Amino acid sequence: MRNLTLVLNVCVFLVSSGAVANNSGDAIRGKQVFKKCASCHMVGTEARKRVGPPLNNIMSARAGGMADFKYSKALRKAAHEDLHWTPETLDVFLEDPRGYLPKTKMSFRGLKNANDRADIIAYLATFSGASMAAKIDEGFTVPSKILGIEGDMEYGEYLSSECTTCHQVDGDNDGIPAIIGWETKDFVTAMHAYREKHRQNPVMQMISGRLSNDEIAALAAYFENINN
Amino acid sequence: MTMNRRGFLGTSAFAVATLAAPMVNADSHKKPRVVVIGGGAGGATAARYIAKDSKGAVDVTLIEPTRTYYTCFFSNLYIGGFKTIDEIGHTYGKLAGSGVNVVHDWAIGVDRDAKTVSLAGGGSVPYDKLILSPGIDFVDGSVPGWDISSQNAMPHAYKAGSQTELLKAQLLAMPEGGVYAMIAPPNPYRCPPGPYERISMVAHYLKANNPTAKIIIADPKPKFSKMALFQEGWADHYDGMIDWIGEEFGGGNVSVDPHAMSVTIDGEETKVDVCNVIPAMKAGRIADLAGVTDGNWAPVNAKDMSSKADPDIHVLGDSSKQGDMPKSGFSANSQAKVCANAVRGALTGSKVFPAKFSNTCWSLIDTNDGVKVGATYEATPEKIAKIDGFISKTGETADVRKTTYEESEGWYSGITADMFG
Ligand SMILES: Cc1cc2nc3c(=O)[nH]c(=O)nc-3n(C[C@H](O)[C@H](O)[C@H](O)COP(=O)(O)OP(=O)(O)OC[C@H]3O[C@@H](n4cnc5c(N)ncnc54)[C@H](O)[C@@H]3O)c2cc1C
Repeated sequence: MRNLTLVLNVCVFLVSSGAVANNSGDAIRGKQVFKKCASCHMVGTEARKRVGPPLNNIMSARAGGMADFKYSKALRKAAHEDLHWTPETLDVFLEDPRGYLPKTKMSFRGLKNANDRADIIAYLATFSGASMAAKIDEGFTVPSKILGIEGDMEYGEYLSSECTTCHQVDGDNDGIPAIIGWETKDFVTAMHAYREKHRQNPVMQMISGRLSNDEIAALAAYFENINN
Repeated sequence: MTMNRRGFLGTSAFAVATLAAPMVNADSHKKPRVVVIGGGAGGATAARYIAKDSKGAVDVTLIEPTRTYYTCFFSNLYIGGFKTIDEIGHTYGKLAGSGVNVVHDWAIGVDRDAKTVSLAGGGSVPYDKLILSPGIDFVDGSVPGWDISSQNAMPHAYKAGSQTELLKAQLLAMPEGGVYAMIAPPNPYRCPPGPYERISMVAHYLKANNPTAKIIIADPKPKFSKMALFQEGWADHYDGMIDWIGEEFGGGNVSVDPHAMSVTIDGEETKVDVCNVIPAMKAGRIADLAGVTDGNWAPVNAKDMSSKADPDIHVLGDSSKQGDMPKSGFSANSQAKVCANAVRGALTGSKVFPAKFSNTCWSLIDTNDGVKVGATYEATPEKIAKIDGFISKTGETADVRKTTYEESEGWYSGITADMFG
């Protein structure tokens, strides 16, 4: 049951402030808890490979996705067998990494406290906007003609100044998700989902409500490019 | 894209901008110069964006007397014990590092013919375009019995920093069962929900530390921002502690005596332990000295925030009279970007895009009980006009309120990074 609420809450944290069940992970606290992981893992735009892989865009993605990181055989095998990182799988993994994946290279005792795990998962989810987008917007589609609009970068840069009052350009976040480095398709779909009120957050519904298709394309192009 | 672009390339804003550019450059044969007065939400943002986006093509000087800017936003959370004073203080080192010439001094005069700004420390700085974002000053005599020399006995804490620390110290020193009074300001003033968020934070502190204490608010207004949300929250969290005396009960008929520490509301005198006087407000005095005010505020053109009195002066944030936007840090930051785009266009010929404005104000009522109100705006020939808006609803679930609070934390990190780099 707890796991189920988590799935809901993590998603909701990212996309809406709609009604949710209790026990949602606290991303702000999660940032503190993450210190336990930070000697091996980085997260955010500056994130590079350390002892462990960077942890951007891992949620909803297949495990072991970073091309130039040498994962353990055990993890590669699990990924091959379709292990995806979700709030449920991460919760079990983080509680006892070696119990869940014997022979993982991650030498970490685990987080025994369920709240710590929920908080850290909520925190990591805020860096997974791009990888979670497809899942969040499942069932919502944008016509391919709109997805195909070529965005004007310079206009996107100007428009982006409206976003950067809240979304930090360096990809850091303290309660508002990072929006850089998303694939254009996901970014455009998410913005249209807000505009059509398929995604719930009222601030984003309002902001997207007066953006034209071309303006959304311009923003998508600009923010995708920031990461590179 | 093409559609839109064609739509606005032909507009007069763009035409004027491109025409003006060669003139300025030809006049000076040097880099165009922008001087910004006031390193707050409007000024720091404008200085940073012009320097960043012009990539060295424009000389940007920022004049700001204080070395640490304490944000008014979240200063109520400091009073409530949710933030430390250091967490709301920001320095100008990164701005200096990103090409803004930061001068820590007061601007004391503007010579609009010579196009220079004179400084308290002596000397003057020339400009091609001047941006004023000096925040607010108080209207003399708006609360009988109070003037700026009384601000130690009866702090306003409406410019953050030492005043905020003083108010908090007085709150902490209140005797058991004591009285905290607030004299709320008349419209328009900076941060419409600010006084009521402050009351919430004071109540939060008192509930835990001095639960028999009382709060009275004398208010010259019949209603206030997010009123239903605050009143619901006060009833839920602080039942019986807060007494709001609005206009119809004489809340506007007030005087204070800072020596006797008393407040007289509609003829009835009350001894109080803390008295937070938030007087009526007007544009920061330098706007007056520059001759760009009309009455208490400085009227501006919505499309680029230029002064109606002088096309080479722009006024941002609280000081400006622009139309429908509330006086908030978010608004000032939003206006600064429109202004930066226009000023850069005028000086370097870079593209000028159409103005877009937005605002969202979050307020905290109690732990994890956050609410918000927001709107989008456009430039019309008359004013900045509201397009669309939203507000939190009464009766929302605890989780929605918690998410809203978390969002405000994210916004705070976002806007301060956007202002100071
Ligand atoms: C209690 C409180 C809570 C608030 N909460 C929020 C909130 O949650 N969200 C929000 O968006 N807004 C909030 N605000 C409002 C916000 O702080 C202001 O609207 C915003 O700071 C306005 O920006 P500004 O640039 O006009 O002025 P300021 O940010 O005040 O900056 C003005 C600067 O100009 C300098 N200056 C003044 N005169 C001169 C001179 N002659 N020479 C040189 N420098 C000068 C000052 O030192 C100051 O640093 C709050 C305000 C208060 C008081």
